[in-house]
Amino acid sequence: MTGTNQYVKDVATRGYQYGFVTDVETDVAPRGLHEETVRFISAKKKETDWMLEWRLKAYRYFVSLLKKDQLPRWANVKYPPIDFQDIIYYAAPRPRKQLSSLQEVDPEILRTYEKLGIPLEEQKRLAGVAVDAVFDSVSVATTYKEELAKRGIIFCSMSEAIQQHPDLVQRYLGSVVPYTDNFYAALNSAVFSDGSFCYVPQGVRCPYELTTYFRINTEGSGQFERTLIVAEAGSYVSYLEGCSAPMFDTNQLHAAVVELVAMENAEIKYSTIQNWYPGDEQGKGGIYNFVTKRGKCLGKNSKISWTQVETGAAITWKYPSVILQGDNSVGEFYSVALTKGYQQADTGSKMTHMGRNTRSRIIAKTISAGHGSGTYRGLVRVMPTASNARNFTQCDSLLLGDQCGAHTTPYVEVRNNTAHLEHEAFTSRVSEEQLFYCNQRGLSPEAAQALIINGFCKEVFKQLPFEFAVEATRLLEANLEGVVG
Amino acid sequence: MLEIRNLHASVGEVEILKGIDLQVKPGEVHAIMGPNGSGKSTLAYVLAGKPGYVVTAGEVTFLGKDLLPMKPEDRARAGLFLSFQHPLEIPGVRLDQFLRAGINGIRKSRGLEELDVLKFDRHLVKKVQLLEMDQGLVRRSVNEGFSGGERKRNEVLQMAVLEPTLAILDEPDSGLDIDAVQEAAKGINQQRGPENATILITHYQRILNYVVPDVVHVLINGRIVRSGGKELALEVEAQGYEELQEAEATLRSSG
Ligand SMILES: Nc1ncnc2c1ncn2[C@@H]1O[C@H](COP(=O)(O)OP(=O)(O)OP(=O)(O)O)[C@@H](O)[C@H]1O
Ligand SMILES: [Mg+2]
Repeated sequence: MTGTNQYVKDVATRGYQYGFVTDVETDVAPRGLHEETVRFISAKKKETDWMLEWRLKAYRYFVSLLKKDQLPRWANVKYPPIDFQDIIYYAAPRPRKQLSSLQEVDPEILRTYEKLGIPLEEQKRLAGVAVDAVFDSVSVATTYKEELAKRGIIFCSMSEAIQQHPDLVQRYLGSVVPYTDNFYAALNSAVFSDGSFCYVPQGVRCPYELTTYFRINTEGSGQFERTLIVAEAGSYVSYLEGCSAPMFDTNQLHAAVVELVAMENAEIKYSTIQNWYPGDEQGKGGIYNFVTKRGKCLGKNSKISWTQVETGAAITWKYPSVILQGDNSVGEFYSVALTKGYQQADTGSKMTHMGRNTRSRIIAKTISAGHGSGTYRGLVRVMPTASNARNFTQCDSLLLGDQCGAHTTPYVEVRNNTAHLEHEAFTSRVSEEQLFYCNQRGLSPEAAQALIINGFCKEVFKQLPFEFAVEATRLLEANLEGVVG
Repeated sequence: MLEIRNLHASVGEVEILKGIDLQVKPGEVHAIMGPNGSGKSTLAYVLAGKPGYVVTAGEVTFLGKDLLPMKPEDRARAGLFLSFQHPLEIPGVRLDQFLRAGINGIRKSRGLEELDVLKFDRHLVKKVQLLEMDQGLVRRSVNEGFSGGERKRNEVLQMAVLEPTLAILDEPDSGLDIDAVQEAAKGINQQRGPENATILITHYQRILNYVVPDVVHVLINGRIVRSGGKELALEVEAQGYEELQEAEATLRSSG
């Protein structure tokens, strides 16, 4: 620990030259990105040397990209240039002000919770109201943690994992998404603040849907999240990310990285419901959601399945992908992406077939309303080694109104002629005829539209665990309230 | 319960209904026959309030209320049901969910308690059994992949479930096999009662053997050219519309 303290001092003194606030007790890194910022974050988190080194390598790589102006510009999204020196890269999660009752919570937030049908106790927890003994989320979390520990499952924050399980982290961090992968992955690797870590030992089926809800110690983790899930041979885990509650967050850039590793016969199911602040009606503000998510089916017969429901963020740029390395491995991607107002989403999946008899399936549903713009971008790549690879891709778009847009950009790269690829795509509108048919049966236009949209999303929603599917349905309805096609 | 006076309606620029007069009393069954393109479906759509169908003249009262300003869902909630000639698909939406949303929309508007899944299922199962339909059908998406005949029978099932006061059935027998026509007729008859009425649009006399009409109307070129008892249907089937068409032409030139 002396070494670390030395770092802190180094950072503190050297940082001064750059206008750093020398007080090591401070919880906020000064604005801007420098090597010192990276050292500061690493020191704050009392990280080991290799971790700092790794961050620094990532930082240097990021700077080289930035110098060469190698920002990703291929996505079908428009936004003003981001000033990377005008961002605060680290702010320690501040304990939230405890409120004593729901009366003190912003009524607008409460109305949204209600719309989403979040139970009262859960509303209190989300809004930061002290919860009573009957529903103590801390003890709930503890009970779950003990149950998981009994089975040898590690489920903790990334910071904790770096401290407690350095060998595991060192072995797998960056093994699926190296810091050289892309611009935002490099940035994330340099400055990630926290995230989740999960390790499921050989042959263990995780008995719960793991959600960040049970992992209270990482609440308030920053905009640069890093998540790593490793499923050993024959294990199974289902992980739910995100909270259906709206985030009244004004942070601009959210650049997360998620890595999944599945060994022989292992299965990982990763579900996301994303409802970040999308910006106001004029398109001002909102989150830039630039995320790199990738899984590696390392072992034979392994399976990785991504399900996402993306309704928030001003700009979404993410392509949950699977590298199908093990023979007979399976990769799946199920997505619903909604854009309304001035939201833009460029999302899809990348399936890389390497092993024999590997199979992948992509079901992407894009809903656009208002001035929203939704793009499906996908790549199915079959390597020479991947004999008998199969892919099925279906990307459907639903347009509400005539100011929005939907685009489909599927790429295919096949280097083995035994591959079998199928692609289906169609664009539809909620037709006046369908609405009339529903109205004639007694449904209001709003209910009719919600029903038709739910029907459109059904294949994706049914992949979600039940409670999540219910939330996803409500979330879509709440988001489309007042939007009639 | 339904009074139509001098109803004129257009689709786009074209006038399709050219002065319809029709009175339907509780308990009655009215059959409407007429050649293709004569305006039968248009009449049904206008009564149900389909967007794009513009009433240019005339009045319609339903249960004492002015029907024409009402929104389609309000007409449905007031007890008007339309069985579509060409029922639509709603991909991904299960028939039972669709109908539960419908029935609850109707019940809510009447201040009745909404039916939960269990109560609704019981109601639905009863109707499915009554019509001797396949139980599996209600768990499938609305009309998705249904055969032509299945779609038609599904419309009758929907009517049975929603229990309307006035059922307007647009060719519920077209495309049905002989047995299915009888089943459909049974469903329609079951819905009849002293308080309820039916308007049955058809090309075939056959269904009228089972659902015996009080009045038969012949609609040609947007006008009702003749009304009569159930014998009129037999006459039409035997002779076709030629003579009646001539009568319509005389009517037009004189008036
Ligand atoms: N959207 C439209 N635009 C123009 N003409 C239309 C439109 N809809 C219907 N029509 C015309 O209105 C006329 C009446 O059509 P309608 O569907 O009411 O006939 P129908 O009596 O139900 O015929 P069928 O026995 O074939 O079902 C037809 O000539 C049809 O082409
Ligand atoms: Mg017709």
